[in-house]
Amino acid sequence: MLVTILDVGIAGLLMGGLYALIAMGLSLQYGVARVLNIGHGEFIMLGALATWTLHTVYGINPLLSLAVCAPAGFILGYILHRTLYKRLMATSASPGIFEGNSMLASFGLLFIIQNLAYLIWGTRYKAYSYLAVPVNLGGALFPANSLVTLGFALLIGVVFYIFLVRTRIGKAIRAAAQDASTAGLMGVNINRVLALCFGLGVAMAACAGMLISMNYSVFPSMGMEYTVIAIIVVVLGGLGSIPGSFIGGILLGVIGSIVTYFDAGLALVAYYVIFILLLLLKPTGLMGK
Amino acid sequence: MNWRSLALKSFLLPGVVLLIVLIIMAALPSFGSKYSIIFLSTIFMYIVLTTGWVMFSGPTRQISLATAVFFGIGIYVAAILGMHLPLVVMVLVSGLISSVMALMVGGLTLRLKGVYFTIFTFGLLELIKNLINWYEVTFTGTRGRFVVVVNNNTIYLYMLAITGLTLLTAFLIRRSKYGLALQSIGEQEEAAAHIGINVTVMKVSIFAISAFFMGAAGAVMATRWTYIDPFMAFNMNYSFTPVLMAIFGGVGQLGGVVIGAIIFAYLEQILITQYPYYYMLLFGLVMVISMLFLPNGLAGMVQKWRARTVGGGNVHS
Amino acid sequence: MSILEGQGVTKYFGGLAAVSNVDFHVDQGEIVGLIGPNGAGKTTLFGLISAAVIPNSGTIRFKGENITSLKPHQICKKGLARTFQSVKVFSDMSVLNNVTLGAHFGRLQRVSEARATDEAARLLEFVGLTGKAKVQAKDLTLANQKLLEVARALATKPEVLLLDEIMAGLNSTEITQAMELVSKIRAQGITIFMIEHVMKAIMSVCDRIMVLDHGKKIAEGTPQEVATSKTVVEVYLGE
Repeated sequence: MLVTILDVGIAGLLMGGLYALIAMGLSLQYGVARVLNIGHGEFIMLGALATWTLHTVYGINPLLSLAVCAPAGFILGYILHRTLYKRLMATSASPGIFEGNSMLASFGLLFIIQNLAYLIWGTRYKAYSYLAVPVNLGGALFPANSLVTLGFALLIGVVFYIFLVRTRIGKAIRAAAQDASTAGLMGVNINRVLALCFGLGVAMAACAGMLISMNYSVFPSMGMEYTVIAIIVVVLGGLGSIPGSFIGGILLGVIGSIVTYFDAGLALVAYYVIFILLLLLKPTGLMGK
Repeated sequence: MNWRSLALKSFLLPGVVLLIVLIIMAALPSFGSKYSIIFLSTIFMYIVLTTGWVMFSGPTRQISLATAVFFGIGIYVAAILGMHLPLVVMVLVSGLISSVMALMVGGLTLRLKGVYFTIFTFGLLELIKNLINWYEVTFTGTRGRFVVVVNNNTIYLYMLAITGLTLLTAFLIRRSKYGLALQSIGEQEEAAAHIGINVTVMKVSIFAISAFFMGAAGAVMATRWTYIDPFMAFNMNYSFTPVLMAIFGGVGQLGGVVIGAIIFAYLEQILITQYPYYYMLLFGLVMVISMLFLPNGLAGMVQKWRARTVGGGNVHS
Repeated sequence: MSILEGQGVTKYFGGLAAVSNVDFHVDQGEIVGLIGPNGAGKTTLFGLISAAVIPNSGTIRFKGENITSLKPHQICKKGLARTFQSVKVFSDMSVLNNVTLGAHFGRLQRVSEARATDEAARLLEFVGLTGKAKVQAKDLTLANQKLLEVARALATKPEVLLLDEIMAGLNSTEITQAMELVSKIRAQGITIFMIEHVMKAIMSVCDRIMVLDHGKKIAEGTPQEVATSKTVVEVYLGE
């Protein structure tokens, strides 16, 4: 009994850590840069497939490939914002219109990236084996790669949290999330902060992709499901609240694990039921304003 | 202005032209090639989806990504009921079920801030896909279903009829006080509410009406595929392409929407066999470029050009 | 019984009380002014009455009926209309259509297209915008857009009209015309509750004036009484 609870609990934290990571990335992009990036999952997919390629073709350790994928993701996101989204901000007549336009542009990006991936990697599912050795924790057996994933996800989350709270740039981000125009007036280089946030969001997606590739098979159309989950977590945590995304992610992961224990195919359905309940009862989520 | 000459310009002349076009199109199966019949059916499908999307998202300015959901529901209802019902009834039932789904989705999310609606419609596709897949795996044992077979000419005529009805409905609503009210909601929602317009009811109603046509189109098109599964039926492409067509064509005018649908439907037809992934990539690129440089779509560009050359064009709102 | 009244109306935004425990009443046929320094909560109070915003506590009654939990469109149908401080005309629509919409969805039941258009044309003449019927609302001057908002509100056949700073940004000729319009509206039997900063207008047109400051009602009375009240003068000249 205890073993089962431990099993489900740790699996939950594992999923939760991943969910928290992808949700925080999306939250940064929407909460601060006000870009509803529905192509978020595609960056996760890129991180996953890039890691697979680096490992299978060049023999690079997935954890090491993080050192390549994360910065690459960041740069990609930063450039995307400075070119695409910044121009959209200038041409959009109002913030509401910008939200719509940037969402549509992200939609376009979704198809560009996904189809590029199809052309590069083909449709077949891909997987690799890394650290698939079992580890014994209190009587329950866990694959080492799962534990490493959990550790990494939580580590990235905590590091990011400290970054937000302790560093100057982090404070600028939080200020911009609250009120972009006032932050701009207070000397924060708002364009750079927005681009930074977008870049960080993509970097987090790339990291999540790497971690996912260690545990599951990867394929070009894997992104959408993660985007939907990230959206649900962001709403659960409260639109615009980055700590909320972290907590919401862990919570949803644990719930998912419990549901999976009873019936594996119903996890996404359960998430959506939660989504619907949220919209019915408390759309502002756990920590939303 | 003289009432009679106004009626002539606005209704009679274009009405007669359209009637002639309709008659020619209806007679096409007797002299057109099989390929052109099939091709036109696909174009009609896109016109219905795009016009349906514009019917709601145009005036209210709330972007729905649920087109594929309603289309897919139509497909699945056809698969489940197609063998048991006459075609007409099946198509109507599909439309109705899609409408009911739209009522639920709209009722839930259209009373909240706009972003909730958009993201809910985005996720809905994944959910339904997953749910039906789970159901089929768990209960019916096999994934996917067979669909009743209908001959190409019948499909063509049904699609022609649905397209005509959709365009007519869109046109009539636009010109009525409801069309005006919807436009006011999109421009100044708060003010609209304060002059007695029940904003949520209006939005949900037009959402449900648009879903009806999408579902009906899905039911008819399903019969072309003979075998469908959740992943084929619920495909994000059908949420994306209509939006692209509308944006590119220009959301403000029905003519622009139809032209956008024709252009991309044609592009898809010629590219899909040889270059299956390239064409969607191209579509994605066009979307991004349209967002950057063509905010009012092709129709908007034409309008601006006409205003500059003709000097103060006749802006149709 | 006042046609419009409120007791203990309170609204918090975050920790700040925008409107704090305000009692007010407007009697049928009156023109009541609502004044106060910027940020005093005047527009918020209007928002609470028209249900654009929901109060944290307090009740608002219209014609004896509790309207506190109703939605804006329902309140409009009961007979209360308003204009907005930041003009909210339907920009991409013609002036005539702006007003026709009000006629269609206001208190007139099941109006025909022709009747709504006639009513709209009549109201455009009433406010002085006849020549501009076919113009796009966004192409109007600010003063005319404010007139358009009034016409649109009147199209819903209200018994009480809330006017939010319709004279802001107008020159003195336009202000005089606006003052005349307000009197004309009252002459039609419509009760008026108006927020204004233009003192000469308020003083000459209103029967009674309410003063808000920092969300609280600090004075109420005839224009004479309010003008000579020490508290009011301090509030305007102090700080």
